Amino acid sequence: MKRYSAWKLFTHALRGHKDWPEAWRAAEPKKHYDVVIVGGGGHGLATAYYLARNHGITNVAVLERGWIGGGNVGRNTTIVRSNYMIDGNTPFYEWSMKLWEGLSHDLNFNVMLSQRGHVMLAHSADQMQAHVRRANTMRAHGIDAEILSRDELRREVPDLDYSDEARFPIHGAIVQRRAGTARHDAVAWGYARAADRLGVDIIEHCEVTGFVEEGGRVTGVETTRGRIGAGAVGMAVAGHTSELARKAGLELPIESHVLQAFVTEGIKPLIDQVIVFGAGHFYISQSDKGGLVFGGDLDGYNSYAQRGNLPVVHNVAEIALAIAPHLSRLRLLRHWGGVMDMTMDGSPIIARTPLDRLYLNGGWCYGGFKATPASGWTFAHTIAHDAPHELNAPFTLDRFREGVQIDEGGSGPVPGHH
Amino acid sequence: MLRIPCPFCGERDHAEFSYGGDARVQRPALDDRSEERWYRYVFLRDNPRGPHREFWQHVGGCRAWLVVERDTGNHEILDVRFAADAMKEAQCE
Ligand SMILES: Cc1cc2nc3c(=O)[nH]c(=O)nc-3n(C[C@H](O)[C@H](O)[C@H](O)COP(=O)(O)OP(=O)(O)OC[C@H]3O[C@@H](n4cnc5c(N)ncnc54)[C@H](O)[C@@H]3O)c2cc1C
Ligand SMILES: [Zn+2]
Repeated sequence: MKRYSAWKLFTHALRGHKDWPEAWRAAEPKKHYDVVIVGGGGHGLATAYYLARNHGITNVAVLERGWIGGGNVGRNTTIVRSNYMIDGNTPFYEWSMKLWEGLSHDLNFNVMLSQRGHVMLAHSADQMQAHVRRANTMRAHGIDAEILSRDELRREVPDLDYSDEARFPIHGAIVQRRAGTARHDAVAWGYARAADRLGVDIIEHCEVTGFVEEGGRVTGVETTRGRIGAGAVGMAVAGHTSELARKAGLELPIESHVLQAFVTEGIKPLIDQVIVFGAGHFYISQSDKGGLVFGGDLDGYNSYAQRGNLPVVHNVAEIALAIAPHLSRLRLLRHWGGVMDMTMDGSPIIARTPLDRLYLNGGWCYGGFKATPASGWTFAHTIAHDAPHELNAPFTLDRFREGVQIDEGGSGPVPGHH
Repeated sequence: MLRIPCPFCGERDHAEFSYGGDARVQRPALDDRSEERWYRYVFLRDNPRGPHREFWQHVGGCRAWLVVERDTGNHEILDVRFAADAMKEAQCE
């Protein structure tokens, strides 16, 4: 597999881009692997890549029941940031941010990280104070954060409704300038290609239907393409975590919910940053193609249907117009849904399970895209050492039983509220 | 659009209803000292893909609590009854 470079681009352009090699092999499943990763989303692929790159474990397969990029990794609104505030989350997401900053070079694939800044609005004096507290926490951890007054914000982000008549007047904002967006498909393809180059087999259209166990230890998986033996198995199936884990006898503190996202027709540059509404759930940015990409809350009921309902469409449109009334002139081009693995505290699980050599990566709620690099990094470590990395040590399955939940939103054990 | 046939009000948009989660979870008795049972009640959920019995309250209508059986794979509503009746039936089962 050849490296991508400016020179390659030039020579392939001369030949009309007709003979680019495939980005990864269509591997046939072998009888046995040292590690099998279930789920070819961002997290599964990143895990396989870091198993090979950081731990020298290259006899690895990623089993994906659909196609690479068909899950949430290709359905999200692409926001990456590390403005988390409670123990466990803060260092983990910052490590992810640091990995994002070097990812295109590391993978030899342009993931189009755009550190355009993440601007979270405040709509009251009290909310400004809450933002200041968050900014202080972040800075105490060496993470960049700034507080902008209403006037400063207005100079940087002119096209919002700053009038006093706004339903939720804008008081200011907290900004993380290193945050922004990345191209979601490129992240899946980049990790897949880089893992393949290190010897990982990426096997699409191969669904895991059960686990093979011997004496309290997992020794393989049953799949739609036959039984595959494994020294260790890592589950990374996001919204389908409960369904898969049930096959290994695990009961989890997770509910699957639907989250929708929206894209408008393409327009000239209007929104330079990621803008987040502070008095409800809404976030918006502009893609390189010019479409405004935005989303809001979960629909609020258990769902595996990958499609949502009208009340959320309505609510999201209302918020959009509340902060930027001129958006009413735009037409929606597309909208879709993804299945979110919502945990009881809103934080993920990257951990060993009661079954020996079976590992769980899941519960990403709707924030798992930004976590992709650190999740792969720490999950690979957990599998390679049969023990967690210090960054994912708090993300255990036992934390619910032990009363040490990581509840960033303070919403309590109601998955749909995180 | 998800529409729920309320036994009292008839079929209405789900925007009139508020979701109450898995209706099969049983709260332990208040004097139950088993940590395991409380843990299961507070945190563990079946989360099936397929038929799911769940609470909805018709807040924008008769305000009754309902138990709705709904397929989480395609949102099809399979059964609706008043929660009070459903809970009595569940106890007899
Ligand atoms: C609308 C929307 C907006 C979002 N916005 C953001 C955002 O702005 N920022 C952010 O950080 N996060 C966001 N997220 C969340 C983020 O996309 C997810 O948390 C993350 O992508 C989940 O990890 P993944 O990429 O590995 O999942 P996926 O891509 O879903 O990968 C899981 C894979 O497992 C496969 N699978 C399932 N069962 C089996 C089986 N039995 N055998 C084999 N394979 C199986 C699936 O087919 C799937 O491809 C958003 C999500 C959605 C839906
Ligand atoms: Zn009613």
